[in-house]
Amino acid sequence: MAKSARPGARETRKRVAMASFELRCRECNKSWGNQPRSICDDCFSPLEVFYDYDSVRSTFTRERIAQGPPSMWRYSDLLPLPENFKPAMPTGFTPLLNAPHLAESLRGKNLFLKNDAVCLPTLSFKDRVVAVALAQAKAFGFEVVSCSSTGNLANAVAAHAARNGFQAWIFIPSDLEPAKIVGTQVFGAKVVRISGSYDQVNRLCSQIADEHNWGFVNVNLRPYYAEGSKTVGYEIAEQMGWRLPDNVVVPMAGGSLITKVKKAFGELIELGLVEDKPVKFFGAQATGCSPISTAVKAGNTEIEPQKPKTIARSLAIGNPADGHYAIKTITGSGGWSEDVSDAEVVDGIQLLATTEGVFTETAGGVTVGCARKLYASGRISPDETTVLCITGNGLKTTDALTGKYEVESPIAPKLAEFEAYLSRSLNLPETVAV
Amino acid sequence: MPITVQIPSALRRHTNGIAKMTCSVTDLNGLFSELDAKFPELKPHLRDETGQIRRFLNVYVNEEDIRFLGGNNYAFQDGDEVLLVPSIAGGRF
Repeated sequence: MAKSARPGARETRKRVAMASFELRCRECNKSWGNQPRSICDDCFSPLEVFYDYDSVRSTFTRERIAQGPPSMWRYSDLLPLPENFKPAMPTGFTPLLNAPHLAESLRGKNLFLKNDAVCLPTLSFKDRVVAVALAQAKAFGFEVVSCSSTGNLANAVAAHAARNGFQAWIFIPSDLEPAKIVGTQVFGAKVVRISGSYDQVNRLCSQIADEHNWGFVNVNLRPYYAEGSKTVGYEIAEQMGWRLPDNVVVPMAGGSLITKVKKAFGELIELGLVEDKPVKFFGAQATGCSPISTAVKAGNTEIEPQKPKTIARSLAIGNPADGHYAIKTITGSGGWSEDVSDAEVVDGIQLLATTEGVFTETAGGVTVGCARKLYASGRISPDETTVLCITGNGLKTTDALTGKYEVESPIAPKLAEFEAYLSRSLNLPETVAV
Repeated sequence: MPITVQIPSALRRHTNGIAKMTCSVTDLNGLFSELDAKFPELKPHLRDETGQIRRFLNVYVNEEDIRFLGGNNYAFQDGDEVLLVPSIAGGRF
């Protein structure tokens, strides 16, 4: 494994170089410079950040990255950040955990967890994307930042907005988990509950963004925002000793993360930081909202939208924004996509917790459940090095475990009571105190 | 049967700033033909080189994605409100 980052390293280190970048249409390649916009006006296709890699070829090195702060900002040179950007707080650089017990349970061997359940400050990978989006929001002069969210993004936007001095307006489906709502309101954000699905909330936000000069992280700031996900890929490679895994299993909602991990690996190959090798990308969805998985299994290149019905609310996007590109990423790599029932989601949460001590939210249960299927079907071979992306924390979705654990009657604070309790618990004959 | 169509701001430079229009069409193909005729400059932005409606455009009828209503087979009802929304990334009805 790579040597860990220096704990005392400054977040605000002077940047030697930063790749120049601009927005370009993913389909017609028209350049749009740098501005708050997510679509090409000519053909409606999404915009993507393109970099001049030659400008950082000599400076974006393993050695220099190792001298950076223990956060995602160690990769700043390949993020679309404004000039003279100074991070307001550390984010990312979460642990890559060896997972031998889970591997044994899944009949695998070389299994790792990229554990964004402990990503700061709001315990999901969304902190990464928001950190980049708000850097640009400040540069573009927005005073209000906003988003449509299934919960984790809401938490992240609210927290980063508080830290960076923005007003935050957050739009959510009204059936969101209570912990995610409180975890947004506590930062002072205005939470607008919408009677409808995430897809309806998202459509509304597109309309609001059309009328109000707000920085919607996943609408008009989306190209910059999505680039933050690349840091998951950079970290996996660095933490594996600057090697790429054989397989990555990624939960999919909008489908952006899986495409950005692939982009990150490609950039590291392009810049010579890792050896070129094939990596298979596997997508994970809940069966109750599986438009990408359904398309992959059917051999389709386009998404048929679905009406979500699953406890995995953070993945409940029936019309995934990057679905088309996620399909291309998966099929182009020789990977596959799986989906699991709600019961399997809960089982996956419990399995991960009991085998590896990691408490993940429902999305993580989806990832573990799908990994189990992928090992069982032979699509992932036991000897291959496989990374599961755990993207959120279980404390946010405890309602998914309702009824799974008994709340026992209390016992008196007496040793004899405990001994009797212990005997009952272990089914031993009760001893009689003398 | 008259329906109302809302034009997103990204397209209004091709509609002389018109944000809303009323027309009488029966289905989606009819709607796009009407838009082609009324705003010729808009046509290359709505359709690709082969004449197909572009992938990254979503159509909503009374706030429901038209794909859930039958897509091209949906027959517009009197008073339907149609939204054209550039998809953030995904799309295609």
